[in-house]
Amino acid sequence: MSESHLTQSTNPGTRLRQIFRRGDHLLWMSGGAMGLAMLLIAGLLGLVFVSGFTYFWPHEVTAADRADGTKLLGRITDQQPGHRDAGGQVIKTAQIQFRIGNRELYGFDFVWVPTAELGNFRTLPDVVQLERQEYGDFLGFLKRVESADGARVEGPAGWDLLLSRQPVARELAARASRLQRDDIGAVNYQIQKAKLRLTVAQRRAGPNGRVPSELQGAVDAELSRLNADYERLRAESAALLKQATAWQAVFTTIDGQEKKVPLASIVRAFRPNAMTVTEKVRHYLSRAAEFVYGEPRESNTEGGVFPAIFGTVMMTILMSLVVTPFGIVAAFYLREYAKQGPVVRIVRIAINNLAGVPSIVFGVFGLGFFVYFIGGGIDRMFFPEMLPTPTFGTGGILWASLTLALLTVPVVIVATEESIAAVPRGAREGSLALGASKFQTILKIVLPASVPGILTGVILAMARGAGEVAPLMITGVVKLAPEMPFDAHFPFLHLDRKFMHLGFHIYDVGFQSPNIEAAKPMVFTTTLLLIGIVILLNLAAIRLRDRIRKKYQTGVF
Amino acid sequence: MSSAAVLEKPPVTAPAPLPPSLPGRPTAGAAAPITLRVDRLNLSYGTKQALFDVSLDIIERKVTAFIGPSGCGKSTLLRCFNRMNDLVDGVRLDGRVLLGGQDIFAPAVDVIELRKRVGMVFQKSNPFPKSIYENVAYGLRIAGVTSKSQLDEVVERSLQRAALWDEAKDRLHDSALGLSGGQQQRLCIARAIAVEPEVILMDEPCSALDPIATAKIEELIVTLREQFTIVIVTHNMQQAARVSDRTAFFYLGKLIEYADTGDIFTRPANPQTEAYVSGRFG
Repeated sequence: MSESHLTQSTNPGTRLRQIFRRGDHLLWMSGGAMGLAMLLIAGLLGLVFVSGFTYFWPHEVTAADRADGTKLLGRITDQQPGHRDAGGQVIKTAQIQFRIGNRELYGFDFVWVPTAELGNFRTLPDVVQLERQEYGDFLGFLKRVESADGARVEGPAGWDLLLSRQPVARELAARASRLQRDDIGAVNYQIQKAKLRLTVAQRRAGPNGRVPSELQGAVDAELSRLNADYERLRAESAALLKQATAWQAVFTTIDGQEKKVPLASIVRAFRPNAMTVTEKVRHYLSRAAEFVYGEPRESNTEGGVFPAIFGTVMMTILMSLVVTPFGIVAAFYLREYAKQGPVVRIVRIAINNLAGVPSIVFGVFGLGFFVYFIGGGIDRMFFPEMLPTPTFGTGGILWASLTLALLTVPVVIVATEESIAAVPRGAREGSLALGASKFQTILKIVLPASVPGILTGVILAMARGAGEVAPLMITGVVKLAPEMPFDAHFPFLHLDRKFMHLGFHIYDVGFQSPNIEAAKPMVFTTTLLLIGIVILLNLAAIRLRDRIRKKYQTGVF
Repeated sequence: MSSAAVLEKPPVTAPAPLPPSLPGRPTAGAAAPITLRVDRLNLSYGTKQALFDVSLDIIERKVTAFIGPSGCGKSTLLRCFNRMNDLVDGVRLDGRVLLGGQDIFAPAVDVIELRKRVGMVFQKSNPFPKSIYENVAYGLRIAGVTSKSQLDEVVERSLQRAALWDEAKDRLHDSALGLSGGQQQRLCIARAIAVEPEVILMDEPCSALDPIATAKIEELIVTLREQFTIVIVTHNMQQAARVSDRTAFFYLGKLIEYADTGDIFTRPANPQTEAYVSGRFG
């Protein structure tokens, strides 16, 4: 044979065999699977990013005439091409979707109009778009600005006046609502507490007893003082509100209807077709800031999501604080102290399988065990004077966090067990040979060495917990929480309170809101925010892990 | 006033006479004080017996080497001396090991006290992933020493005795994992002597080191002999010949011959020993 064995064979059959022997086909397959997974993730994130990031951008507003003579003003949000069958028969007409706003006048935000009926598309520079406190967006033209005492300003001067008066009116209205919420809220809180003192005294005295007269007198005096405060504050707030609504703007819609809007109820007024890029950017940033720092409006479909961000972060942190020590202790017992045998093996299998239990089942367990059993017990023991109104015996951020901790504890246990097992035997023996007890060895050698692995588990648990919605819906999340779980009233941290959550917010806005089509972009933006928060929390944990890793390499432990 | 749970320091009185079954020949100083006495020790892992009726005396402030082919039980015996075998499931043993006249397997013995008196250096250097300083101070810290000056002093003295001070004094607070293999092994020796044990057990301490690092450790062993009783397991017969005073040859779990090192290597009494030390099997 003249041919050298070192050169590759040219025989296709031999080459194919070589390919299989080298495992090239498997390499391509796994590479392809990896690529597909990356593509899907990138697609999902890309969709969320594009839809989420463009929500705040002021879009051009188009006017058009319909065949029947009516006029249309709105932003073009979607188009559908028409279809004809083989015989030229129209199966589906081409359509354009307009977001026309003015919900209180037209009854809906969006219309689909057949393309054939439309003509004379134009972009009018003086179209005004209002973002309002209620009824969603308004599209129209400014007619005049007028005050309660008869002053009227029209034309370009009117627009300038609108722009300069609107922030003042907003500020006044905001002060009025702050007064209502904070100051009057505080008075109400004190009234409630005073009344509660009376109830407690009554209960102590028994059904036939009498409340001591000096207590009755003191409470009455306090109540009358508080009621006077209340009246004074209410009058103050009403005066502010009157001042705030003194100016209003009159608009006409494209079909000639007139609409009065108090300046105080305008969140933002802008002319989308006449804005420069700088103005658009400023508008974008202002809305994005409102989204992150503001309170929700219009049954959550507008405004901000700050309470939901706060609730999500606080719940995730509470959950981590519970799940970390609990998971670590359980894993150390299982790995270091429990006698390895069939029982431990069964326990381990059970823990792994907990991850497969539907999360709603954890929710039901949390409701039954934490809320009704423990919460109800706490109420009967410590807050009997509040019954039948539950204090802890109803969903709250504490119970939701505990439920999620239960849900994510397998992740921490498995990660901890693995990182304990990875601590080299030599390190343990070295410690034991120096006269350390088993407990000292675990505390000083095994635990520090496994901290990075444990934190990896905690990071995974946090990501899992922050994105979970189903169990929260029955253990404490609400659509709109009147109060945050953290505020200025003692004891500041109110673990019994209900809270808002970004995941639930997405579900609520996307599927439960009265105006789903208008809220769709908000869903994407909220999703984007939730992903961002999970990433941020993870980055924080990763930073912590790296610091501990570094410290453990050199420092005192 | 110490309870039975704490091992007593070796009594000054003369040790009990050797059992007649001992295969060892008397050493040059026959009256030398005995630190560890192994008395008819049998040990098995599950159903596999690893040591058969082993009896020998370890003499104070001498280096005793255990040699023999792999699986002959020499490491197993060594790990009995600080009861590291307790960590293995299914170990059964009978017979006695006396440290200063007291049976270390007695139920009342506190293993932690025992391990403070019998230190160990492992085959693979196993510094803790802490700083050099913390590695040496570890034994004292777990014993409850908190005084900074005392720790400083012990760390310096131990590193000096382990011939590591000059190399490590400028990087005491750097990670011990940054040291070379030989330095790590000397750090482990420093860590062991920091708690002032009576006996240091060395389980093939040089098997993972290059010749230069090995030579340094051997030098160290020779100097440490002045203060500590050293028992070393080694595969390297030249090493045993270089560093040890007494040598025990094990084969298949049995103690074949135990005598002064010079005798074992120059005129072994047992033909098996002779075959092994002359390299004809093993």
